[in-house]
Order: sequence, then C-alpha cells, then structure tokens
Amino acid sequence: MPWEFRGDQPIYAQLMDQLRRRIVSGDLPPGARLPSVRDLAAEAGVNPNTVQRALAEMERLGLVRSQRTAGRFVTEDEAVIRSLRQDLARAQMGTFLAGMAQLGFRREEIMQMLEEEGGSL
Amino acid sequence: MNRLECRGLTKQFGALTALDDVSFAIQPGRIVGLLGPNGSGKTTLIKLATGLLVPTEGEILINDQAPGPETKGMVAYLPERPSLPQWMTVKGLQDFYEDFFPDFRREVSGEMLDRLEISPKRKYKQLSKGTREKVQLILTMSRKAQLYLLDEPIGGVDPAARDYILDTIIRGYDPESSVILSTHLIADIERVLDDVIFLDRGRLTLTGSADQVREQKGMSIDALFREVYRC
Repeated sequence: MPWEFRGDQPIYAQLMDQLRRRIVSGDLPPGARLPSVRDLAAEAGVNPNTVQRALAEMERLGLVRSQRTAGRFVTEDEAVIRSLRQDLARAQMGTFLAGMAQLGFRREEIMQMLEEEGGSL
Repeated sequence: MNRLECRGLTKQFGALTALDDVSFAIQPGRIVGLLGPNGSGKTTLIKLATGLLVPTEGEILINDQAPGPETKGMVAYLPERPSLPQWMTVKGLQDFYEDFFPDFRREVSGEMLDRLEISPKRKYKQLSKGTREKVQLILTMSRKAQLYLLDEPIGGVDPAARDYILDTIIRGYDPESSVILSTHLIADIERVLDDVIFLDRGRLTLTGSADQVREQKGMSIDALFREVYRC
C-alpha cells in the first residue's frame, strides 16, 4: 500500500491515519514490529522528525508500544484495536452519509439502497 | 546552540537591498526550506552563511561563530551553479574532496555514484548538466557536516533523481546536523521539511514549522506559496 499525502493537513496526522488503517486492516498485525523511524521516513518520503512525532502520538494513544532497544511494536491489546476499528468505521460512515446528503438522499432511500447493494458484499 | 542564527541581517549591493533586517534561528536536526521567488535573497543569505559575502549590517552565526576558516569545516555548501574544475574525472573530484575536507566519506560518495550509475572514470565536463549537478550534490552530501547549505539542489535534475536526492537527505538525517535547502520547486520537497522560511524581496515574511503552517492555513506550503507570491 503506497503512502499518500495531501497538502492541506499536517503530515504527522496523515501518517497516523494511514498507520491506524494498516493496523485495523491487519497489514500491521498485533505485535508486529514497526520499521525504524529512518526506514519509515524513507519509505513514506517524509521528514524523520515528522515520523517521530506521529509514532510518539500513537504510543501515547496506546496503539503502539516501544521496547527500549528492540523498536516499536503494534499493541496486542485486542480491545484497543477493536475500538480503533469502530472509530475508523464511524468516520468512514460519517463521510459516506455527508456525501449522500449532499446528493439529496434521505435516510429511507439510503437504507433501501444499502439493502439492495449490500447483497454484493 | 543554534546551527545557524541571523540577527538583523542586512545586505546591500549599492542601492539594492538584497536582505533587509532578517532574523531567525535554526536548531540542530532540522531540515529547513528557504523559499521565495527569484530575486528574493535566498542565494545572498546562503552566501552570507558561507562567508563568501559579508553583511552590511547585523550578523549571521554558525554554531555561535561568525563565518570564517573555522566554520568552513562545519559547513557543506552546494552552490547554485556547478563550480568544480571541468577537466577532472569524477574520481579525481572524489580525491579532491578527500584532500580538502577531513569529514569527506569516500565510501558514501562511491555508493551514491553507483546507485545513480555515474562512472568515476567519466570526465566532469563530458557529463550532462543534470549529471554534473548530481555529482556535486553527492560530493556535498558525502561530507559529515553540521550544516548543509544547498542552493537549488533539485533545479536541474529529472524527477527520478529528485526522488533519490530527497531519499538521500532523509536517509542521511542526523539529529546533530541541519539542512537548509533553497528552492522554488516546493511541491516536490515540502514533505521532507521540518521548517519553512519565506523570503520576499529581501524580507522575512513567514517562518515556522511546516506542519503548523499547513494546519493553520489549511493548505499545502506549495499552495500557500502560490497565494502569497501571486504575480
């Protein structure tokens, strides 16, 4: 999965967002070791201080933990990952509903479409 | 200790004021973009930091010292135009840098030349313009300096080499050294910047952390630049 950054938001926040998605999707499974700051910076093409900041923030949120010499690891706390999954899903839903509202869809129409389209899931 | 500090820095060339009362400081471990349109004073500022020019008023300090023989050992400078002896081979240039600079890491330069498939046997003057720029940048970045002053390092090279150069800057990152790079090609480099310094006709118009600027203005540095300097 390539790293992509938009201009209008702080890069550390975008980096965190993409790391969160990787954790939820299983790209970065529980207990997985994260690349070093330098490697991650080079891979994503961003400043090492920015990566450091994003990882420190992830650590503060309990999503990753650091072991003094071994590096940083994804949390193995499944409750944390479950709640992260819910958060991301809610945000995704919010975007979807806002987009549908902009197109003029009402609640019942949206529900009906979900029922119909849901069959293909 | 600041790697670079300017206090009321002013430079006049006759009636022209190239830099007007510029003050800022750069801490160790920062990658800083010196941004501004043509003629805004970027090259003048860099030349003042190397000691090639002297201030009309105010001061500029490298590790708390005025530019001079001592600071030259701490600073790796990439001039805007290729300035190496034309008749030398690439290998000859490596020897030249090794003689001049005790902090030159020959094996690092060799690796980078290899990666960009530049043969050390080639004569400098027979290289294309872009390749000459790459060679000089490689030699500059192969020094283990405390301050790198890169004047338009990506202006003349192709996009693939540009990515490699940015990658080199990121991988070479050292929390003890700072990098200042001047450019007007902001979109290409803004992701690697910690801080930005905007110059406009010799005046400092904006300075701060790149992420903070993006957050406050809700736009990329590139978009902000286009807005601020709209012609």
